Amino acid sequence: MAEDPYKLLGVPKDASAEDIRKAYRKLAKKHHPDLNPGNKAAEETFKRVSAANELLSDPEKRARYDAGEIDETGAEKAPPRSYRQYAETGAGERYAYNGGDAGFAGENFEDLFSTIFSNRQGGATGPARGRDEHYVLTAEFLDAVTGATRRLTLPDGQTLDVKIPPGTEEGNVLRLRGRGHPGRNGGPAGDALIEIHILPHRFFTRDGQDIHLDLPITVPEAVLGGKITVPTPAGPVAMTVKPHSDTGTKLRLPGRGVPAHGGLPAGALYVTLRVVIGTVDAALEDFLRGWKPAGAKDPRADMGASS
Amino acid sequence: MIGIETIFLEFRGLQRDELDRWITHQWVKPEGAPGAYRFHDIDIARIRLILELRDTMEVPEPALPTVLSLLDQLYEMRRRMKQLNAAMEQALPADMRAVLLRHLGG
Repeated sequence: MAEDPYKLLGVPKDASAEDIRKAYRKLAKKHHPDLNPGNKAAEETFKRVSAANELLSDPEKRARYDAGEIDETGAEKAPPRSYRQYAETGAGERYAYNGGDAGFAGENFEDLFSTIFSNRQGGATGPARGRDEHYVLTAEFLDAVTGATRRLTLPDGQTLDVKIPPGTEEGNVLRLRGRGHPGRNGGPAGDALIEIHILPHRFFTRDGQDIHLDLPITVPEAVLGGKITVPTPAGPVAMTVKPHSDTGTKLRLPGRGVPAHGGLPAGALYVTLRVVIGTVDAALEDFLRGWKPAGAKDPRADMGASS
Repeated sequence: MIGIETIFLEFRGLQRDELDRWITHQWVKPEGAPGAYRFHDIDIARIRLILELRDTMEVPEPALPTVLSLLDQLYEMRRRMKQLNAAMEQALPADMRAVLLRHLGG
């Protein structure tokens, strides 16, 4: 470490410029290399004394040195960090105001925010489990019936892959362990709670494990019967329509509803036939004009509005 | 951490009896016993603060305990606020933070 230039010159800190000049001249005469040939120590001393003089003889440099802005070699010193930079960190606890006898009542955190923390649980420093986070995921009808994996994009841009199990019902909440808020002080993370909303389907409706379907059929299919293809959640299946079926006829396809899950057996698909007349041609009109069915009944007879 | 000799190198003009007095009054709280003090960075910054208060801002030494006490209370409050801020940032969902901001008129 470089030496204190005042000590080197042997002058007090408040020495006048004249004192410094005199002290320097005296030392320079004594240690000048030309007066001490071959004396390495003297040469070193002369160099240091000269440097000290250079610093102290310049009023500006001397003032900066006295203020601690530059060191003995004239190099700039990094400006010191302010007290505030330490005081606002954990190190500041060393000078925490602790109230007591001094007259100011020391308030702790809980006092200060008593209304917020009135029902606070546990200590502030112990490990604490992170909070659960709540999300809503809107699922397609068939995804909820047969199960699917869907990606949920979180507000912060992260994604969660959510496995929707078969048979999920409206309002069910899925729990993804450890995907909520991080824990505090080593505590476990909270869970992500995902509430499932199910969109309606174009033609399926659901009743527990069973699924209902209104299935349009043609007049010939209703009257004559035949094999038709029926959509089910798991894909189309073939089904036989008996002759003389009508609108409102219900058919049950066991095992074609919601698949078995969580101990529940698979439900049924209930198909309600709905006869559609479709495009009418002249042949049909001609046939119906000449058609006199035996024992025809008024379908509105029990509605009190007979024609 | 540094010893007391380095403190005097750092603060030219600081007198030993001054520093001893400040330590006695707990304006500066180094670790260790008299004769073997160890100073943390914050202790060094605090010595600089006291010197600046007294020499640059001309706070007379008898008034220093009051000024230091007020500063300590202010910094304690600011540390608490930062803790609260960090806790809210970690624990509160975005919509709750928005509600708080609205109540704060932000």
